[in-house]
Amino acid sequence: MSDPRRIVLPLTDEMVAELRAGDRVLINGRLLTARDAAHKKMVALLQQGGRLPVDLKNQVIYYVGPTPAPPGRVIGACGPTTSGRMDAYTPALLATGLKGMIGKGFRAPEVIEALRRHRAVYFAAVGGAGALLSRCVKAAQVVAYPELGPEAVHELIVTDFPVVVINDIYGGDLYREGRRQYAVHQ
Amino acid sequence: MGFLRTLDCQTVVEVTSRLCREANFVLEPDVLSAIGQAKEREVSPTGRDILAQLEDNASLAARDRIPICQDTGLTVVFVEVGQDLRLTGGSLEEAITAGVRDGYQKGYLRKSVVGHPLVRENTGDNTPPVIHWRLVSGDRLKISVVPKGAGSENMSALKMLKPAEGLEGVKQFVVDTVSVAGPNPCPPLVVGVGIGGTMEKAALLAKEALLRPLGSANPDPVLAEVERELVDRINALGIGPMGLGGRITALAVHVLAFPTHIAMLPVAVNLNCHALRHKTAVL
Repeated sequence: MSDPRRIVLPLTDEMVAELRAGDRVLINGRLLTARDAAHKKMVALLQQGGRLPVDLKNQVIYYVGPTPAPPGRVIGACGPTTSGRMDAYTPALLATGLKGMIGKGFRAPEVIEALRRHRAVYFAAVGGAGALLSRCVKAAQVVAYPELGPEAVHELIVTDFPVVVINDIYGGDLYREGRRQYAVHQ
Repeated sequence: MGFLRTLDCQTVVEVTSRLCREANFVLEPDVLSAIGQAKEREVSPTGRDILAQLEDNASLAARDRIPICQDTGLTVVFVEVGQDLRLTGGSLEEAITAGVRDGYQKGYLRKSVVGHPLVRENTGDNTPPVIHWRLVSGDRLKISVVPKGAGSENMSALKMLKPAEGLEGVKQFVVDTVSVAGPNPCPPLVVGVGIGGTMEKAALLAKEALLRPLGSANPDPVLAEVERELVDRINALGIGPMGLGGRITALAVHVLAFPTHIAMLPVAVNLNCHALRHKTAVL
């Protein structure tokens, strides 16, 4: 395992070009959260010709629905949710300038192709490590769709938030490559 | 006829509330031990690193009383009601529901339930739970709270096999289900398998199988052998912790079987992530 590289958002084309499947990355800066309901609303808005409530240009979306913050804490548990549920909406958001997504699990071939076309990257965080990941979140506030509760769009300020690159712009796919490396043919 | 033992529903509310919180904050020792052993056996450095993070996550969650995972689940509750027990002060189903509502509120747990699967508006309090009832002998009440996350539940599957497909057909379906799921259900997994009965019986067996303590042997020697082979075949897939590659994809496979029809061979596979959360109380 190579040492993780530290990056500071926003994510530029140059930074994306340097990331390869398998790279461990510590993310610093501002993440936006969105999951099923927020994606549905945002894409419906784009289809109607509207403007998104948050500008996604050079931004990274984290697929998460945190637990409520207990008293004295910034946020509750906040690990990644399964990304595949957002696949239907992702190409439309990438077209607006979104540069990265953090989640866990497979992406559809159309999303992987859209990553190459729009020069964006897909990261995974450790699923089920919601307590540990909450320590990287220094501030959190709702910035859109408060009516969605845990599915509202939050802005998270994170420090050294650990992720790994799954899909890069060169067709690299860590899920495929990692599995191939360790599969035992019987 | 003697006097029936009585139990007040308010006690059920309080106990269910506590079980919801404990299940979400504290992993059982058998699960922690299975993750620890997996870390020893995993050959992938990335896999070992992830398993170590899961151990750290569990300690932090228990210490600070925050959820192990942000998906604090749809609350599944297994209830065994002793037929000689008399409940007072309300309805048992309402008491369990009220306990879930209270536990998810007081524990700052996420409310993840929509009131209608098509309309999809959040109920705001994580109710209703999914309750599985069993009437048993005796005068006790046993409540097991099993918060079930969507990541692993969504990759679960059921198939009505032809009897001619036999044991190999069953094994192949289990392995294929895990293979297709890949990284999505947060491996390393506990794989619950239900074989036999009817469609719904197989599904329920698969979920009940998850509750057997990890590391315990299946009392049925035939099923114990099936479990051993399935663990090996699943771990040969190479999926590994979080799907990043490795030799530990399943912490365990648990199989339950039930008599079935001469023309049927149902098999259900209920996947659970590494955070196998459950807490039980006997009142």
